Amino acid sequence: MSGQSFIEKLTSKFGGKITASNLEAIDPWIETSPDGLLEVCQYLKDDPDLSFDMLNCITVVDFCEPDPKKAAKAKFEPHLEVVYHLSSIVKKHTLVVKVQLERWKDDVDGQLPEIPSVSQIWRTADWHERETYDLSGVEFTGHPDFRRILCPEDWVGYPLRKDYEMPLEYHGIRGR
Amino acid sequence: MATSVEDPRIIEFDVRTDEMLVNMGPQHPSTHGVLRLVLKTDGEIVSETIPHLGYLHRCAEKIGENLTPRQWIPYTDRMDYLAGMNMNLGWALCVEKLLQHDLPEKAKHLRVIIAELGRVASHLVGMGAYGLDLGTFSPFLYAFREREKILDLFEEACGARLTYSYLTPGGATADLPHGWLQKLEAFLKQFEPVILEYHALLTTNAIFVKRTANIGVMSAETAINYGCTGPVLRGSGVDHDLRRDGEEIYTEMYDGYAFEVAVEKDGSYPTDHDYPGVPVDAVLGDCWHRFFVRMIEVIQSIDLIRQAIGRYSTAAGDWGIPIKLTQKLPKGEAYLETEAPRGQMGFYLVSDGSSIPWRVRARSSCFCNLSVTSELCRGCLIADVPAIVGSLDVVMGEIDR
Repeated sequence: MSGQSFIEKLTSKFGGKITASNLEAIDPWIETSPDGLLEVCQYLKDDPDLSFDMLNCITVVDFCEPDPKKAAKAKFEPHLEVVYHLSSIVKKHTLVVKVQLERWKDDVDGQLPEIPSVSQIWRTADWHERETYDLSGVEFTGHPDFRRILCPEDWVGYPLRKDYEMPLEYHGIRGR
Repeated sequence: MATSVEDPRIIEFDVRTDEMLVNMGPQHPSTHGVLRLVLKTDGEIVSETIPHLGYLHRCAEKIGENLTPRQWIPYTDRMDYLAGMNMNLGWALCVEKLLQHDLPEKAKHLRVIIAELGRVASHLVGMGAYGLDLGTFSPFLYAFREREKILDLFEEACGARLTYSYLTPGGATADLPHGWLQKLEAFLKQFEPVILEYHALLTTNAIFVKRTANIGVMSAETAINYGCTGPVLRGSGVDHDLRRDGEEIYTEMYDGYAFEVAVEKDGSYPTDHDYPGVPVDAVLGDCWHRFFVRMIEVIQSIDLIRQAIGRYSTAAGDWGIPIKLTQKLPKGEAYLETEAPRGQMGFYLVSDGSSIPWRVRARSSCFCNLSVTSELCRGCLIADVPAIVGSLDVVMGEIDR
């Protein structure tokens, strides 16, 4: 996987769906738009030169500064970043795919942002997407069995959001 | 009326029976901690397995967003509590990758000794507990007898027997004590022949082979698709070991070490030692192969430790002075996977430039390994469920984090 030609190949194939890339970073990454994610992932897996046959990890980074004083200094707009770590057992290389999402759909608090599920491409995604939904609050559309995995089913809120507040009590068990 | 039954286990072939839900766990002894399996059964045949997790969830990732990397080390101990050293190592290397921190030679060899010893201890529990799952008690006692000696060695090196917090970003908290290497060598000398006893007790035991061979067969494609790693992946015949194929910061630790990846290649396992033969009933990817890969790894680890002892004693530099507790992290992110005993343990660190990470993430190997359960258990007997789950060798502390 040689740097620049790889990016050129991707952009010529997917056009504006590749929104950013950095192959000089510690872990080289590309960024796609949410609607292009499935095509790009399918291509990354199927292309014989790339053959990213393993999805190592899905995670969400919440860029949001709940403290208003610090938020004024923060250099980012509040958003979520879904991060996919891919690797290839055959080719022994790795790649990071990122997708930027709004924190809440249409800026309505409590409405989860949506992203297509990649569980049809890699089965690993099945549980990882459930975990991501459970802890970070992202809805994966087209997931075969979409429910919480680590927290109880009636848990309220998404603990890994930066503005999450620990509940005072849960079924009579005191928090804090 | 059916005239032929392909699978002789399907005795209720032409009898209409009701499906029954059977709950297994979360305190069932064969579930390796608090895992709850809901089995949909038709007579003795399991048609669906639904795992329920989260009983040990403490959101270690959230805690990590409020501590500096060195302060988070004790939390990594408590993930895979049977291989705390390897968890420490994974996180320490991830932080060093972000910091672009280079270790002295001696520190690298120290880490190889400690990590491989941790692997041996972990596989011993895996082996003993697997015997328990299948109803034999004595291998467990033999395994714990030897593991105890490893824990004694660890205790002498760092003061703890289970939650070590020994390897830490920058190196280790202290050098190995005087005379420790001699004790380690004495232990290896005594331990190596004992492995033959294990092979007699379990690996080649007729009952054990009957319970594991051709049970829970997983193809290489399924293993990769589900993200299985470690012995579970290699048990399906995929030649992949991060100690050889991983990222440079990790593989340079093992530069110049001679070891063979424990995997069946072209129909045979490595031949550098006298391993027992593969039973005729065993099929690549079944429970027996997953178990056998672990047993080979124990011997490979002993070899690695022996080589590391020699290199450590002559290496230049110190044992690696830990980074400052409040060391500022550069802005950026790093993801690193290491070969922990149970598979590839990944850590992800996002930093905004302060000393406390913006986001940490632990990618659990057992989490992916366990997700394949329902696939493997489809159509097996209830009695085979412990055999299959046990062969994945999961630790719930790591899955729930």
